[in-house]
Amino acid sequence: MLSLSDIRLTFNPGTATEVRALRNVSMQINEGEFVTVIGSNGAGKSTLLSTVVGTVKPDEGSVKLDGLDVTDWPAAKRARYVGRVFQEPRLGTCSSLSIEENLALAAARGKKRGLGLALGKKDQKAMFAEHLEKLGLGLENRMGTPIGALSGGQRQAVSLLMATLLPMKILVLDEHTAALDPSAAHKVLTLSAEIAQERKLTTLMVTHSMRDALAYGSRTLMMNAGQIVLDIKGEERSRLKVSDLLERFGRAAGTEIDDDQLVLA
Amino acid sequence: MTLFALAGAFETGLLFALVALSIFMSFRVLDFPDLTVDGSFPLGAAVSAAAIVGGFDPFIATFFGMLAGAAAGFVTGLLNVRFGIMNLLAGILSMVALFSVNLRIMGRPNLPVYGQDTVFSRFESVVDAGLWSNTILLLIIAIGAKLIVDWFLKTEIGLGLRASGENPAMAEAQGIRNGAMTLLGMSIANALCALAGSLFAQMQGVADVTMGVGTIVTGLAALIIGEAILGRRTVFLATLGCVIGAVVYRLFIALALSAGFIGIRPQDLNLITAVVVAVAVVLSQRRGKRGRKQLFNFKLVRGAQQNDEGQD
Repeated sequence: MLSLSDIRLTFNPGTATEVRALRNVSMQINEGEFVTVIGSNGAGKSTLLSTVVGTVKPDEGSVKLDGLDVTDWPAAKRARYVGRVFQEPRLGTCSSLSIEENLALAAARGKKRGLGLALGKKDQKAMFAEHLEKLGLGLENRMGTPIGALSGGQRQAVSLLMATLLPMKILVLDEHTAALDPSAAHKVLTLSAEIAQERKLTTLMVTHSMRDALAYGSRTLMMNAGQIVLDIKGEERSRLKVSDLLERFGRAAGTEIDDDQLVLA
Repeated sequence: MTLFALAGAFETGLLFALVALSIFMSFRVLDFPDLTVDGSFPLGAAVSAAAIVGGFDPFIATFFGMLAGAAAGFVTGLLNVRFGIMNLLAGILSMVALFSVNLRIMGRPNLPVYGQDTVFSRFESVVDAGLWSNTILLLIIAIGAKLIVDWFLKTEIGLGLRASGENPAMAEAQGIRNGAMTLLGMSIANALCALAGSLFAQMQGVADVTMGVGTIVTGLAALIIGEAILGRRTVFLATLGCVIGAVVYRLFIALALSAGFIGIRPQDLNLITAVVVAVAVVLSQRRGKRGRKQLFNFKLVRGAQQNDEGQD
């Protein structure tokens, strides 16, 4: 369970470029919930994710994972509880390292890294192959290939696998299909939803697409100007269409949406 | 070229293979353009020479030299990681500081170890191959260092170090502390360089405070020549390239000097090295643009990386 309480964060305070990125954001995500987050550019979606993964420390407020206060934990320390997939396929994987080496890095997440060889551990390769096979991309036969030789969609699929290889408390997906072509994006999204459901993962997914925000997951948050303005779940959400969402958003935020990318998606 | 000059070229080449491995660790693996090496090379020499003169066993003295080098690299890393000083400047600061430190350690600008027991005299007393004794010992050390680096980069920590150098954001998401990796990698790199300095002093019979000038450029030349010959597809090839590149480079220098090639004299060496490195970097970047995959992120020419990214 993830809980944020009264998170405040201001970038460049006291200067002309001051941005109040998060204003009193409080929320709770229960175990096994799949939450999609939507909002226009600059609404604070990415900053919200950054406070969850630990790359940004809030000015005020606390971040708790299963009751454990991790607010002051740096991202590397938090990684043992947080699985993360980046927007840019290049960011989530190491190009020069092979698929197997990348997976080995993920398999050691949250554990003490020692002087034992990273590859060649008993049963490890078979375990990787089994996971890769589930992706349905034939990558289990190409484990020695450098990740850089794969397509963006394949890299994102491996990245998703790396994020979910070990047990964790929360999976964070940061617009992880935004850089992919539509068919690859669909495949990776479906895969994400499948893995999250099968493993009952608590998931936080930021997306630019209103349709995806409603089509995947069990709960949708909408952000505007650093605040959560809508929180929809359950039956109410299942009846909701994109046009309803737009209208609700307009009422909640008191503005018209002017972000074309968001409306069209 | 005389046999003596040939043996000398092999000796110096194998010695600078260690420097090339050091630069491979910092520039390539860690993506940290480290200039500390110009200071840690004479640091290794100074510490070992002082220890030998002070009556220590030469092997232990050499080990002290390596430790001192590791400490120097650690300081550079700390300046960058902990205090946020730009990596190039952090290295320059360490390098400048080490000049004074080295003078302090030796108590004077140079410290002879003539007539003292060195690792070379010890080795020669066991394996006497005449003119080639030093070369054999240095070959064993260079290949040994290469194999240790290969092994290390395959361990869990080593793989973490490679990830941290290539993609810090990904490394962090996998629970790797990038700062710690920088400190570790810089310590290893400078320990290697100090080992080279320590052996150089024992081979030449003297440690000199100015002997580090141009270490970085010579090491880079060796690294780049090695990459040109063997490529850098795998760590094994890249480190082998360091050894071969360093030897090839010194052989060419020796050849040029002995032939009196267009009037080249020993004092021109640094200029030639700089020119060789500049030309080699430009050429290797051109080749990179023709579709050859870059194994590491680090770019030696501004703007070259963007061009490569479009290719793969």
